[in-house]
Amino acid sequence: MANMAQAIRMALHYAEEHLGVMDIFGEDVGPPLGGVFTATQGLKRTWNSPLDERGIIGTAIGLAMAGQRPVAEIQFADYIYNTIDLLKIAGNTHWASNGDWNLPMVVKTPVGSGIRGSIYHSHSFDATATHIPGWKIVMPSNPLDAYGLMLSACQELNPVMYLEPKALLRVKGEERIPGEPEDERQLSKMIDAPLGDRSAWRPQWPALEPYAVPIGKGKVVREGDQVTVVSYGRTLPLCVKAADTLREQGVSAEVIDLRTLWPYDWDLVKASIEKTGRVLYVNEDTEVTNFGEHLMRRTVEELFYKLLAPPRLLAGKFVPGIGLADALELASVPQLADITQALQKLAAEEP
Amino acid sequence: MSRPRLLNREEASSATLDRELLVRIHDVMVKARVLEERLIQMYKQGHGYFWIGGPGEEAFNVPLGLLMKKGQGLDSDYLHAHYRQSATLLALGEEPIGALRQMKNTATDPYSGGRNFAGHFSRREWNIAPVSSPIEVQYAIAPGTAMAQKRHGGDGITIVTGGDAGTAEGDFASCLVWSSRPANPLPILIIVTNNKWGISTTADGQHGETRISDRGRAFNIRSKTINGNDPVEAWRELKEAMDYVRTERKPFLMEAMVSRLYGHSSASGANFVANEVDCLKEFEAKLEKDGVLTREQMEALRNRYTEELAAAARQVRDEPQPAPESIWNHIYAEGK
Repeated sequence: MANMAQAIRMALHYAEEHLGVMDIFGEDVGPPLGGVFTATQGLKRTWNSPLDERGIIGTAIGLAMAGQRPVAEIQFADYIYNTIDLLKIAGNTHWASNGDWNLPMVVKTPVGSGIRGSIYHSHSFDATATHIPGWKIVMPSNPLDAYGLMLSACQELNPVMYLEPKALLRVKGEERIPGEPEDERQLSKMIDAPLGDRSAWRPQWPALEPYAVPIGKGKVVREGDQVTVVSYGRTLPLCVKAADTLREQGVSAEVIDLRTLWPYDWDLVKASIEKTGRVLYVNEDTEVTNFGEHLMRRTVEELFYKLLAPPRLLAGKFVPGIGLADALELASVPQLADITQALQKLAAEEP
Repeated sequence: MSRPRLLNREEASSATLDRELLVRIHDVMVKARVLEERLIQMYKQGHGYFWIGGPGEEAFNVPLGLLMKKGQGLDSDYLHAHYRQSATLLALGEEPIGALRQMKNTATDPYSGGRNFAGHFSRREWNIAPVSSPIEVQYAIAPGTAMAQKRHGGDGITIVTGGDAGTAEGDFASCLVWSSRPANPLPILIIVTNNKWGISTTADGQHGETRISDRGRAFNIRSKTINGNDPVEAWRELKEAMDYVRTERKPFLMEAMVSRLYGHSSASGANFVANEVDCLKEFEAKLEKDGVLTREQMEALRNRYTEELAAAARQVRDEPQPAPESIWNHIYAEGK
C-alpha cells in the first residue's frame, strides 16, 4: 500500500492532470528533490521558490486571484508563523471584499512531532490555524484520506490549509487508493525517484481515479458505546490502538477521526457523545487555547446534561518547544500509553 | 542588461501631451481632489469613522489609471494598490459615489459592504485586488498575478503600488526577489510613491538608500525615479515603463516623488499642508499659461464636481447601514 507521502503525490498528480492545478511550489518542492518528504516528486507543475515564506503565501494569493489553483508548501509548519498576516488576508479576502474575490488555493505544510525534529521541526499548527477564519483546515491520518482530502482541497473555492502529520508521511495505508497497483514495490518503482542523478527519470503514474473525502466530514473508525475519543493526525492511529487494547479489557471506545478541523463535523461528534456520555479529545498542539478546548466548551454547553463524566483534553504540554532528546519529545506530546491511560480512567468514571 | 536611468527633469518636461489628453487628465485630477476633500469633510462632519486617501498624488495616479488596460482576467492589467489610489480608480472610470459609500460604511458600499475603511477599493471585474490596511502586503501578493500573466502570454501586466515608508517591510524585498528571478522574470510594474513620510516618521529616520529606485539595481531591474507631481512627466514615464513591461515581460521599478497634502490620515487631523507641492495647483498654472484652459473653465469644473459630490454625499447619508446578521455573509465562497 502507498504511504501518505506517495498518496499526496498521486493526488497532486491527479490534480495537475484533471483539476486545473497550475502551480505546486515552495522551497525544494520542484526537481530534483521533489520536497523534503518526497511528496511532490515527479510532478509536472512543481517549481522551487525562493527561500521566502511570505513570498510563497503572497504569491499563492496572487495566483489564486488569477485563477491558477495553486498548491503552495511551507516546508515545515514551524516556518509558517511569519506569514500569519498573509494567512489572515487569504482568510478574509472574500469577506472583506463582500464576496467580490475568492481564493481557490491550498497551503500544505508538515506538522507535529514524531521524527525527533527538535524545537523547529516539531511545531503543530492546528491551534493557530483554527484561529484564522475564512480557511478550511484539514488533516489526514492515513494515505487514502490524504488522497481524498487533497482532491477535495484542490476543488475548493476557498483557501484550504492542508496539515500533514509528518510522523505519518512514511506510514503505509490499510486501504488502497483507487488506481493504485496491488504490489507496493511496483508502485515504488513507478513513482519514487531513484537515488543519485535523477535528471533523466520520469515517473510512470498509475491510472488514478477520483476519490473524494468531503471537507467537513469526520469518520467513525472504531465503534463503541462507553467512551468517545476524538482526534486527528498523528495521534489518531494511537487512539485506535488504545481503543483496540482496551476492547480486550472490556472497555468499548468509539474513535472519531475528525479529518477536517474547520468546518468540523459536530453532528458526528455530538451523536457519539450522546451515545457514550464520555469524551476525550486528543491532539498534540500545546494545551492552552488548544482547538480541543473549543470542542470541550461546545460539549459542555450543548451536552452537559447528557454527560456521565467531565469532557477531557489530552494535548501537548504548554512548554516553549519540543526538545530533541527522546525523553523530552515523549514527555511533551501525547503517546500511546498516555492515551490508553486517559481513556481507561475516563471510561471508568461514574457520575 | 538594463541600466537604471537617472531623473532628467528637463528632458521629461520639455515635451507635452496633446490638448485633449491634458484636459482629460486635468478633469480626473480635479474630480479626484474634490472627492478626497469631500471624504475628509464627511469624516469631519461625523459621516465616517476614518479617512485615508491620496490627495497630492493625483498627478501620478491619474495617468496610471488612464494608461491601464482595464478589464477582467489575464489579458488585462492587475492593480494591487494601497490606500491612496482613488485618482487611479476614477481614471479607470469608477463612479466617485462608491468611495463615499465606503466612507459612510453603508450596505451599498461596492468595495466592502460597509466592512472596510475609505480608500480600500476592490473591483474584480477590473482586476482591482482588494486594498488591505497592512502596509506592503500587496508587494508579496502581486508576483502571483504577474506569474499567471507571464505564463498566459499576451500583454497584460501587473501593477503594484505602495508608499516609501512601507519599503522597509520585507514584502518589498520579496517583490524584488520574486519579480527578477532569472528563471522567470515577471511582467510587473513595481511602483513606490514617495511622499517622504511614514505617518510622522521623516525619511532620514528610515532611508539610507539615496533613491528607493536604487534598490532595483541590485536585482538588475530597470528602475527610475520620476517627478510624480508633474502629470505630463508621469504620463510619459509610465507609458514608457508600461510599454517595456508589456513587451519585454520583465519587471520595472518606478519611484514617483509625490506630496501628501492632508497628512497621513484623519488620525493626524486631515488638514491641508501648505508647504508641500500641490500638483493640481501647479498643473493648472501651466495649463492657464499654455492657453489650454482658462481659470474660469477650471473653476467651473471644480464647482461642478463639488456640487455633484455634495449631492452624492447627501444621497449616501440616507442609505442603510449593513444589517447585523450580515456579518455571517461571504465567509466562504460557495459554488455557483
